[in-house]
Amino acid sequence: MKTTNNHYDVVIIGGGVVGCAIARELSKYKTSIAVLEKEDDVGWGISCRNSGVVHAGFNYKSGTLRAQLCVEGNKSFAKLCHELDVPYKKIGKVIVAQKKEEIRELKKLKTQGEKNKVGGLQIIDSAELKRLEPNVKGIAALYSPETAITSPYLLTIALAENALRNGVSFFLNTKVKNIVKLKNSDFRINTNKGEFTSSYVINSAGLYSDKVAHMVEKDKYRIYPCRGEYYVLDKNASWIINHLIYPVPKAGTGGLGVHFTPTIDKNILIGPSNEYIKQKDNLSTTSQIMKMLSAEAQKFLPLISSRDIIRSYSGIRAKQAPPSEGGYWDFVIEESNSVNNFINLIGIESPGLASAQPIAKRVVEIINKKEKLSPNSNFNPFRKGILRFEEQDEETKKALIKQDPDYGEIICRCEKVTKKEILEAIDNPLGVKDLISIKYRSRAMMGRCQGGYCLTRIIELLREKYHLNPQDITLKGEHSSLLTGYRSDEVKIC
Amino acid sequence: MLKEKEVIIIGGGAAGLAAAVACQEKGIEDILIIERNAYLGGILNQCIHDGFGLEKFNSSLSGPEYAQKYIDQVKEKKIPFLLDSMVIDLSTQKEVTVINRQGLQHYRAKVIILAMGCRERTRGAIGIPGARPSGIYTAGVAQELINLKNYMVGKKIVILGSGDIGLIMARRLTLEGAEVITVAEKLPYSSGLPRNINQCLYDFDIPLLLNHTVIDIEGNGRLSSVTIAQLGKRGGIIPGSQRKIACDTLLLSVGLIPENELSREAGIVLDNITGGPQVDERGQTNVPGIFACGNVLQVHDIVDNVSLEAEYITEGILDYLQGRISESQEIKMTLGAGLRYVVPQKIFTIKDTIFSFRVNQPGKKKTLVFEEDQKLIKKKYFPRVNPAEMLRVKLSSSELKDINKLKVKLV
Repeated sequence: MKTTNNHYDVVIIGGGVVGCAIARELSKYKTSIAVLEKEDDVGWGISCRNSGVVHAGFNYKSGTLRAQLCVEGNKSFAKLCHELDVPYKKIGKVIVAQKKEEIRELKKLKTQGEKNKVGGLQIIDSAELKRLEPNVKGIAALYSPETAITSPYLLTIALAENALRNGVSFFLNTKVKNIVKLKNSDFRINTNKGEFTSSYVINSAGLYSDKVAHMVEKDKYRIYPCRGEYYVLDKNASWIINHLIYPVPKAGTGGLGVHFTPTIDKNILIGPSNEYIKQKDNLSTTSQIMKMLSAEAQKFLPLISSRDIIRSYSGIRAKQAPPSEGGYWDFVIEESNSVNNFINLIGIESPGLASAQPIAKRVVEIINKKEKLSPNSNFNPFRKGILRFEEQDEETKKALIKQDPDYGEIICRCEKVTKKEILEAIDNPLGVKDLISIKYRSRAMMGRCQGGYCLTRIIELLREKYHLNPQDITLKGEHSSLLTGYRSDEVKIC
Repeated sequence: MLKEKEVIIIGGGAAGLAAAVACQEKGIEDILIIERNAYLGGILNQCIHDGFGLEKFNSSLSGPEYAQKYIDQVKEKKIPFLLDSMVIDLSTQKEVTVINRQGLQHYRAKVIILAMGCRERTRGAIGIPGARPSGIYTAGVAQELINLKNYMVGKKIVILGSGDIGLIMARRLTLEGAEVITVAEKLPYSSGLPRNINQCLYDFDIPLLLNHTVIDIEGNGRLSSVTIAQLGKRGGIIPGSQRKIACDTLLLSVGLIPENELSREAGIVLDNITGGPQVDERGQTNVPGIFACGNVLQVHDIVDNVSLEAEYITEGILDYLQGRISESQEIKMTLGAGLRYVVPQKIFTIKDTIFSFRVNQPGKKKTLVFEEDQKLIKKKYFPRVNPAEMLRVKLSSSELKDINKLKVKLV
């Protein structure tokens, strides 16, 4: 296929976990691909703001895409994370019943899961629950050994970096304004960064996928933003649980209930809540929900103390089910029936993370059926992440410092992140300079002091690397400067 | 390879430096200070205001000047120190793992002095709802950016919390041309020193709003406004008191937390109220040979007291090194009305002992009473007490003699 300046065979709108997975999957073929992402970095929408759970697939109605793709994704997730050097741990999940009538729900979930071909599901009694989770209050539970955790932002970044390496072009800070179907059947995509043309458009715009779809066809989809707030607990509290702890889901709520997620980095997340909101970008947290989260925590894990809380945040689900209805609609993964070569991905909410790769495969199949793409023999499935010094054994640590003394300088004291790792995060392949991008890549500033110790040091390293003025240091995207300049206009120290 | 040391001091700030100098003066030779920064002096380096040293040196010094007094002594006495070196592991056996550009080093000491200081409480820890824009700093980080790096953090500032660093920063930012709109304090009284309220707020016409807190934060990118509200007697928001204030910066001065991650690893028992280790009359933790002083033990309001505390514990350290600690039965300590905490938490041997207290709330004409059952041991009168000001009282060995239990209360 052809590539001129701004022409690509495939343009993917949206650099979330799904968009990046599609980009990588497509890069296995000889085809030119561009990802257009409106933010400074990949994954800033839904993808970095969820529980990071690789669901097993028993929560979803049998026969739906959600059930099918989740189960498929769960099975191949370890391999994906291995290829991309992304953390993955199969820690298992327990859904805890606290009332007798909930046990019936557990049994239903088990039956549904077995129908979906989820392995290893077991109903366990209170004694076994006590053995697995001594601190959790419950009378019985459904145990799912196949449920795993990953780092949702590192996975998204890894998919993007691997796609980039395999020839995909990433255009960050590039917001699609409109799309025109041209006479030669190509698309012209107008953005704030100029024009792109392509043979295919993949609408992977998450919360804005309805808006992007409506750029080429009449109103067909609608996405309702549904916010979930979380608390993050100090690593010191990590001993409280061993598995993912979920309540029995309540029908019609459109969420899985406030749960307790041990993260890859040994924090615990409490949440998310489930609240339809008006604006798709309102990532605020609220005092009502914070109170509710604390109350839920007390119900299941009375040992959790408010002293353990180090942060709160929220994410937003891209729901098709309207507020009046609640619950879930199935994923839409299809070529538009009115606009040729325009592929829509609508309503990719949970289990979108677990399903990202199977979704990508579906999308590639749709294109492949029409184009007979030839394989890219240069495709390299492997990507190396930033080596975590803190996770190495003593001998490796010594060797690393010898090899590069920057490993001997701890910049982030809470997470014990070294200067070397921060420099690698700053020098990331996508070229993102925002502080939050360095945080996602290195873990610096994620600990209990929330950057109190390392923020200044990281600002200095960033400035040094990119020769930035103080006011050019941003937290997250445009208009998020951290500093207003130098202390006094008379004093200029460069 | 394990290097042996007599005394290892973790942290080269106010507490660590004073402890090092005092140890050396007591004849302890083999000392090592381990400091993670590129310089000694710790947080004093960014405290460029004056008011340090009134008690210790009888003059009003800036933070760096105060630190220099000790740094000079450390250098003069040739006390060894490591810079740019972070202790990443501390064991109950008093083994210390240090990381720096030279590699990983292991030490074992007869005595470890914990002098790691404290860190600031953050927005996340106090759960302020709202958006997460840039422009929200803890006061100490803002102080570091301005005073050590010469940056300006913002132009229109609201400060939440009236801790001393917040008050100092209100003045500092005003002097740098920023507008400090208000300081909101959740409690009915300030948690900062009265002299700072006068010199940093009132002298600059900056209003201090007691019983007020921030209930919402807005900003897309950079902070654009905060909403503050008045709190009622039971802590609820008084309806109609909400006020949205346009600003680009929110500074938080909402408390300090002793930095005891290493202590935890070493199995040291912490006090829930102070956040520091539980110590005995010598400043020794439950792990024999591990001592604590300064802000890692309890958050101080005056650096002079940090130095005094550090010097004080070296008496016990000398006793320990010379095998003179013979533990007798523990004197049971109980805390009575009006007091938030007492340090030390335990007493094993009878010696002249300095007790530190913080009161629960401000008051006038109060007396601190030490008693055994109903028997008065000692009392000390205070014309004014304030939670912001630590009370320190010394009991002599003769006063403590033959006591089995000790109750302290404020009446």
